[in-house]
Amino acid sequence: MPPVPTGPDQAIETAAASDPVNSGQMPPPAIELIGINKRFGAVQANRDVSLRIEKGRIHGIIGENGAGKSTLMSIVYGFYEADSGAIEIGGKPVTIRSSADAIAAGIGMMHQHFMLVDSFTVLENVMLGAEGGALLKEGAGKARAELMRLAQEFGLSVDPDARVGDLPVGDQQRVEILKALFRHCAILILDEPTGVLTPQETDQLFRILRALTARGVTVLLITHKLKEVLAITDHVTVMRAGQVVADRRTADTNANDLAELMVGRKVRLELEKSIANPQAAELTVEHLSLVDDRGVKRLNDLNFSLQAGEIVGIAGVSGNGQSELLEVLAGIRAPSSGSLRIGAATISATQPGDPATMRQLGLAHVPEDRHRLGLVTGFPAWESAALGYQRDADLGGRFLLNRAAMTARCESMMQDFDVRPPQPQLGSSKFSGGNQQKLILAREMACQPRILIVGQPTRGVDIGAIEFIHREIVTLRDRGVAILLVSVELDEILALADRILVMNQGRIVGEIAGDQADERQLGLMMTGSADQQAVAS
Amino acid sequence: MSARPAQLPHWIEIGVLPILNVLLALIVAGLILWTIGANPFEAIVFLVKGAFGSGYAWGYTLYYATSFIFTGLAVAVAFHAGLFNIGGEGQAVIGGLGAGVVALAFDHILPAPILVPLAILASCVFGAAWAIVPAYLQAYRGSHIVITTIMFNFLAASLMVYLLVDVFRDAGQMSTQSRTFTEAATLPEIAAVFGWFGIKIPSTPLNLSIVWALICCALVTVFIWRSRLGYEIRATGLSPRAAIYAGIKPAHVTLIAMAISGALAGCVGVNEILGVQHRLLLEFVAGAGFTGIAVALMGRNHPFGIILASILFGALYQGGAELAFEIPTVTREMIITIQGLIILFSGALAYMNRPWVERIYLWLAAPRAGEVPSHG
Amino acid sequence: MDDVVISTLAATLRMATPLIFCAMAGLFSERSGVIDIGLEGKMLAGAFAAATVAAETGSPMLALFAAVIVAILLSLVHGFACITHRGDQVVSGVAVNITAAGLTVVLGHAWYGRGGNTPDLAPEKRFMPVSLPGADALRDVPIIGPIYANIISGHSILTYAAVTLVPLVWFVLYRTRFGLRLRAVGEAPAVVDTAGISVVRLRYSAVMLAGLLCGVAGAFLSISQNAAFQKEMTAGRGFIALAAMIFGKWRPWPAFFACLLFGFLDAIAIRLQGVSVPGIGHVPVPLIQALPYIFTVVLLAGFIGKAIAPKAIGLPYIKER
Repeated sequence: MPPVPTGPDQAIETAAASDPVNSGQMPPPAIELIGINKRFGAVQANRDVSLRIEKGRIHGIIGENGAGKSTLMSIVYGFYEADSGAIEIGGKPVTIRSSADAIAAGIGMMHQHFMLVDSFTVLENVMLGAEGGALLKEGAGKARAELMRLAQEFGLSVDPDARVGDLPVGDQQRVEILKALFRHCAILILDEPTGVLTPQETDQLFRILRALTARGVTVLLITHKLKEVLAITDHVTVMRAGQVVADRRTADTNANDLAELMVGRKVRLELEKSIANPQAAELTVEHLSLVDDRGVKRLNDLNFSLQAGEIVGIAGVSGNGQSELLEVLAGIRAPSSGSLRIGAATISATQPGDPATMRQLGLAHVPEDRHRLGLVTGFPAWESAALGYQRDADLGGRFLLNRAAMTARCESMMQDFDVRPPQPQLGSSKFSGGNQQKLILAREMACQPRILIVGQPTRGVDIGAIEFIHREIVTLRDRGVAILLVSVELDEILALADRILVMNQGRIVGEIAGDQADERQLGLMMTGSADQQAVAS
Repeated sequence: MSARPAQLPHWIEIGVLPILNVLLALIVAGLILWTIGANPFEAIVFLVKGAFGSGYAWGYTLYYATSFIFTGLAVAVAFHAGLFNIGGEGQAVIGGLGAGVVALAFDHILPAPILVPLAILASCVFGAAWAIVPAYLQAYRGSHIVITTIMFNFLAASLMVYLLVDVFRDAGQMSTQSRTFTEAATLPEIAAVFGWFGIKIPSTPLNLSIVWALICCALVTVFIWRSRLGYEIRATGLSPRAAIYAGIKPAHVTLIAMAISGALAGCVGVNEILGVQHRLLLEFVAGAGFTGIAVALMGRNHPFGIILASILFGALYQGGAELAFEIPTVTREMIITIQGLIILFSGALAYMNRPWVERIYLWLAAPRAGEVPSHG
Repeated sequence: MDDVVISTLAATLRMATPLIFCAMAGLFSERSGVIDIGLEGKMLAGAFAAATVAAETGSPMLALFAAVIVAILLSLVHGFACITHRGDQVVSGVAVNITAAGLTVVLGHAWYGRGGNTPDLAPEKRFMPVSLPGADALRDVPIIGPIYANIISGHSILTYAAVTLVPLVWFVLYRTRFGLRLRAVGEAPAVVDTAGISVVRLRYSAVMLAGLLCGVAGAFLSISQNAAFQKEMTAGRGFIALAAMIFGKWRPWPAFFACLLFGFLDAIAIRLQGVSVPGIGHVPVPLIQALPYIFTVVLLAGFIGKAIAPKAIGLPYIKER
């Protein structure tokens, strides 16, 4: 049994009494993390992370994707166990091995993907895990009354008998908050809570959070949106590459400062690159929109064109529609409205393309997720090297594939792109990330495409391979291929792109010439905090 | 993500682990024998002698193995596409029906060299048709193929009862079977084939179907590992998202893989109806469809492994009969039990032994490879 | 003709009894997210255990208890493979079915030497039909009398248990904490996990409940409806029950009515065996027996409503993120 340092009710009482701003003697922090380390295989997700969060505050944790924020919070909520380090709540050490421990310690968490049972009613969702007795009847009345009370107190009205799956996203989020409040949590963690909300819903969420802190609840807000951090938090911690890089009072910092801390002062990759010489448009996107299964607009009225001999970079924090854009362009998903034109062909909602036809039209695709899309990990390299081209006339006869031809093609790809080890028989999963990526790139470039769309080409790739991959992409451009590059690495976009489009919440929010862009400005645009006027070039 | 399996060498993956699983199944089977008062070691001697002790025994063993090769291949082809075809039993029944219908319709008209291939083809087509319906329902209507193929097993059985009672039953007969085919609609026994060359071997139900079974093994090997379609089937089974990325349509793959799977299962009808029974009757499949699941799991979905596993099961069936004769407390159903245990250990619990085998291997290999077992 | 109707309806209830137990068993398991095609095997093992223990001890209650224990043990094997080792749930279910089909005969033959059958049981060793109070008195009342005395009365206590079971399952599923959690774990195990509830423990409880009910179904077959265990005596009833559960869209009352429907078809098929019905002539009985499967396939294909399975069914729970 983990010790429960502060009973939930007690937490709410005492917080009101203590003055939040630096009083003479420091009260114990609501929660303190000391030297947390967590490793997944080769990746150090959290490195010696220490955090101190005062009671009754809104504390922001900000960082790029993969900075380790979510891992850290998963540790706090008992989803993972840290390799080393300690957690203290209210000044007393606690052991959190499971979500049950975390809940008992007064921690509530609102996950990025809502933890709700769609087919259940609001009341059932709220009660799950805190039913208040073996028979639902015993707890249901109380739960209903408590929901009413919370609804009134925080302005969180939701119909307790509505099916959660039928509710709009904003209401579903209210249910998540109600769940946490119902359990009297003293510390509420919110993981990217505004990703799916409208601005109005976001405002309302923030009002609720303020109301909560006024009652002594401590809020941890994990986000990559600078604007939100500045708007609502009292304190902000910046994480980068698994480490805490800064810890500021929000009042003492500003967007520029934070953006810089987030992306780091990375050395701009030097890449010799001539000035682009764009030719005719190869790909034209008009009013392209995509609505997902939940009814959320993932792509919102995109318009742009891609010309032969240029690299267009799509910058943006991941989750703002870039992945969906790649999928629509590659023919994996059909657009909901709008169209894209390649040569004489038009793809639209009524005339959807598919990956095979897109390849025939001369569009090659290096996917973002190379393990699940780019390769079949159960195949040897020579088979993965034909993925997408398994119907190529060169690779066999009418029915059968020619192993020798496939192996030979793989060998020449390995040679051209310096894939190590150059062994076509080796399993695809046994190559390092960089070598897998080189193989995929080689495969997609081998068929002389006119358009290449590339997602995160250097994610999880070692430095040597990064340079190599970048040089190849530029060479291809110089040969007149139209290239669309999606990357969350600003360095990469800045090093490669001739033109940069910035995406935020499914829209293109700005366009800027590659040689005029700078990191800070892009960072501001990406996080949606730059002034639209200043951005348009 | 943290439970990523470590790299084990090939010979452990396809040798040590599968053998370990089968051994565990056999150990449990031995315990059962011991419980009912039979000596497991004595039982093994009788089994082996019964299955391989004479030319006669070999004939029966291989005759059983023939059907298992067909159903094992059927399960394997579906597995490669990521589908679980439990419907081998029903597809085999309908495949036999196809052979029987063609035989009954043409055995007075066509000569054997035309009729037999036609009947084989009918087995395949009927079996495939019986598998395509569940495949279509899965691909386009979203109904789970496991449930529909189970239902189709029962439908096949009911249909067969109906046809044999009301349609094909020989007029003067009380038993539910058709008339016997003429010579033109039968596959010769292997003993007869050897006889043509003056070699005398004991007469057993083993017939030319085994040659067709081996041809099917070769065809499946080429199809799955050498053909463009086979490539697409395997890509879909291993990584559905990568398959879509590669322009492969999973619905098509489902239809094609199930059609081939059904055709293979249907060939049980070739062995039983054309090869042995020479008439249509009930229950000629006798669980071979389910044995195919064990065979495929044990043979790791590879035709070579399937041949070995089929011979093992053929031996169990034939040796089991002998065993039941020698040790009266043991019945032939012991074989069914072993089959179930093999499905349990080689299928459902296939990864149970992996962690400790991995630990032992890494411990043994550590000083040589200089690797530290990573537990993330 | 009235007699025929009444005896067919009475037979319907009898035929439906094992289906009801098994369908409710499947419901518990599948509502928790664990596919259970091993209903047949568990029922068969339960039938064998009941017949054996009844023959040895003479006590039907002990026999029932043994059936339940044996079926629960099999469900634990299923759980060990699917929940603990995240094995394929379908493969595991097939293994349970086949092992049970073989082992019951092996043991039966070794112990009793009757080709796998167990000795015939005297009535006192079985659950015999019971007369409900007042059945004899009401027998002669028109309409109600025959219905009460001949359809409702005169079944085994287990049949009444089956009928009582349905509201009970409904209550557990929809009105208790356990039921709420069970339904949640079949829909979204991650939600249950983050609510601080053990997914593994819940699923084990569910498969054990399934085992318990299959055991009762088996006992009904061998020591109530019949007087001994016979080789493969379940004859596909486990799959019919599975079909009924799907046909009932994983809900207790609709599943119950599907069981009654399928039981009715069974009763009719027996009644029509070799009978020529005026106006129709000879009825193809096997086709009537196939109707439950046809109904289920048609339902699954989405032609009559949509059978929506629990969302997380068949997926082993792996903690991620």
